[in-house]
Amino acid sequence: MIRLAVLLSVLWLAAPALAADPSEMLKDPALEKRAHTLGKELRCLVCQSESIEDSNADLAKDLRIIVREQIGKGASDEQVKKFVVDRYGDYVLLNPPFKGATLVLWLGPFGLLAVSLVAAWAFFRRRAKGQAPAGSAPLSDAEKRRLEALLKDGK
Amino acid sequence: MIAEIGHFALILALAVALIQAVIPLVGASRGNATWMGLAGPASVAQMLLVGIAFAALTHAYMTSDFSVLNVAQNSHTDKPMLYKVTGVWGNHEGSLLLWITILALFGLAVTLFGANLPPGLKARALAVQAMITVGFLLFILLTSNPFERLDPPPMNGSGLNPLLQDPGLAFHPPFLYLGYVGFSMAFSFAIAALIEGKVDAAWARWVRPWTLAAWIFLTLGIALGSWWAYYELGWGGWWYWDPVENASFMPWLAGTALLHSAVVVEKRDSLKSWTILLAIVAFGLSLLGTFLVRSGVITSVHAFATDPARGVFILGLLIFAVGGSFTLYAVRAPSLKTGGLFAPVSREGALLLNNVLMATGAGTVLLGTLYPLFADALDLGKVSVGPPFFNSVFLPLMVPMVLAMAAGPLLSWKRGDLAGVLSRLSVAAVAALAVALATWLWQGGSAGPWWAAGGMALAVWLLGGTIVEWAERIRLFRAPLAESLERMGKLPRSSWGMTITHSGLALLIIGMTASSAWKLESVQTQKLGETITVAGYAFTLTQVEDINGANYLATQGTFKVTKDGQDFAILQPEKRVYRQPPRPTTEAAIVSTILGDVYAVIGDAVPEGGWVTRLYFNPLVPWMWAGCLVMVLGGLMSLSDRRHRIGAPTRARAAVQAAKA
Repeated sequence: MIRLAVLLSVLWLAAPALAADPSEMLKDPALEKRAHTLGKELRCLVCQSESIEDSNADLAKDLRIIVREQIGKGASDEQVKKFVVDRYGDYVLLNPPFKGATLVLWLGPFGLLAVSLVAAWAFFRRRAKGQAPAGSAPLSDAEKRRLEALLKDGK
Repeated sequence: MIAEIGHFALILALAVALIQAVIPLVGASRGNATWMGLAGPASVAQMLLVGIAFAALTHAYMTSDFSVLNVAQNSHTDKPMLYKVTGVWGNHEGSLLLWITILALFGLAVTLFGANLPPGLKARALAVQAMITVGFLLFILLTSNPFERLDPPPMNGSGLNPLLQDPGLAFHPPFLYLGYVGFSMAFSFAIAALIEGKVDAAWARWVRPWTLAAWIFLTLGIALGSWWAYYELGWGGWWYWDPVENASFMPWLAGTALLHSAVVVEKRDSLKSWTILLAIVAFGLSLLGTFLVRSGVITSVHAFATDPARGVFILGLLIFAVGGSFTLYAVRAPSLKTGGLFAPVSREGALLLNNVLMATGAGTVLLGTLYPLFADALDLGKVSVGPPFFNSVFLPLMVPMVLAMAAGPLLSWKRGDLAGVLSRLSVAAVAALAVALATWLWQGGSAGPWWAAGGMALAVWLLGGTIVEWAERIRLFRAPLAESLERMGKLPRSSWGMTITHSGLALLIIGMTASSAWKLESVQTQKLGETITVAGYAFTLTQVEDINGANYLATQGTFKVTKDGQDFAILQPEKRVYRQPPRPTTEAAIVSTILGDVYAVIGDAVPEGGWVTRLYFNPLVPWMWAGCLVMVLGGLMSLSDRRHRIGAPTRARAAVQAAKA
């Protein structure tokens, strides 16, 4: 169920063919491997969060072919990425680039870790300053009555 | 008629929930036992009414009553009976009805099994539970009524998404919801404790079994979903860091942290307000998960804007529940008494470290999942946050956690001796280093990924540490074997639970590392009689035929697989096209061995002759599923611990008295 929404959105657009069609693949296995690794980092733009290598959508197929054409022409990984980003924007990169708009995204986790470590440290500091452990609160009247009732039941 | 009964039962349930949300709460603050006692019968009535509604909808599905809009939109007469029944929750309205049925079930369980709860706490917890019920019932009745009629009824229904017509996904939602809703119990107890202003070891002891049960269900639910993705999507992948997956993973992380911090509250009367906060966060993330999936906001902010009624309602519910409880927390938490002191290096300290890393992990997944939405809403441009981000940020956080996981259980409470523990772990360290070296050599050094050896070493370190801890508890090889066996028999089940679950995680890490690092695949056009060899398995395509299923047509390929000239297996993957709705699915054929899965997928026919086939060897994937099951088993073991069992405290007390006498 949880995946349904995603899958629906993917499948509505999906062509029935399996994605990595052998006819698209580069002859040279080393180049094909490079293309595959690179393709894993490129988003199928009409899909939920699948890479172009894992998608059945037509657009993903087109992008796979573009990537392979560029690699076939001898472009480096960076050049291929730039080629695709120039046409589709940063949105196509599954690994978001580090820049102004993603500052919070990339630094956030470290910030969170720092905050929680500082909180833990403060916790120990406060404790170390000798807050004696408070004794347990005395029982309220209602609790005393219940305790008596329970003890009676137990016998 | 039956549908109207169901609808009416929901309205009555709302009335009962309103009463249950108010009267016991007032009763608890006034010390009125009759008013407090009302929560019990109310929760029974609640279960009956919601149960009637659920049964009514199930009846409509089983009899294919297409005059009910929901059935007409999501079912079909040709569907096998199993999927007619599971189709009840295969849609928005029905899945919400399932949500609240499970909520009622948990409420009933508190009433039935909570005989030894203090009446005030029980009344308040059930009242909070009823408030959640009110919210969800209003949501269903106002925006998502499953009993809406359709006139005139169509001849047949539109059918269920074929992807849901699968045992893995049919039972994925109930388990997931049992987990989500289970955390509502911890939440209700936390809120009740905040109202009472008292959190003690007894409170933690009551909350733990509920949290543990929720955790077990959620673990099982996530594993089922992942397993389904593995065999159904046909790519051999099992985790995509998809927003919907993340939605269920975040409560799992928070819930795991909660389980561990509740241990500290129970044993050492410390970390109380933190535990309360985690209980609120775990349920808040469960609600958020429901919101993310149900509102459509994940697909795009714009989908949310075009049909905002449901999304806005859940968002309101979320803000009310989380905002309200945080406010209450801010007011009441400072008054919670702090208990036992402990040094940073101690069992408590290790559990706190687990909490810090788990919470940061959950926060990271939350940030990554919601960032594209924020960026879009704030006009920062469209950003994708995909697997590379999560792998590079989340996984490094988990490395220190697993490292500490081996040592933590060996540290003593209050003040631990880290150097001593590390020297006791030297066996595990040596084993881990040896495995790392062996892995590196086996994969041919840098021919494989650099992190594979690290992942394997980490798993062995964890497994080794867990075994060392267990061996020390039973004084294995230090005492005569008979004594060790006797000690083993006396180990508390919660301790077994920890040992088993941590070992399960080690298995899981081994499986995840191996299948990510050394997956082998071959994609090609294959003609009849042609043989392709992957990882030493020779796949010969011997036959392709069309077969007629209950409600689909399929192309079924038959592969004869041999290994070293010996017959190994016959694999029959299918490519199905369902009749209603007409959509394709792939059914991978998988044969598992201890070393990995042999996995075949068949695709389209190629005009020049032959079929597109994808053949995989997925190393150690069965270890992953085994790891998940072992973790669940460990959870069950811990849940069956006698101090969690119903009435156990009474018996224990009686025993103590008997011993004293």
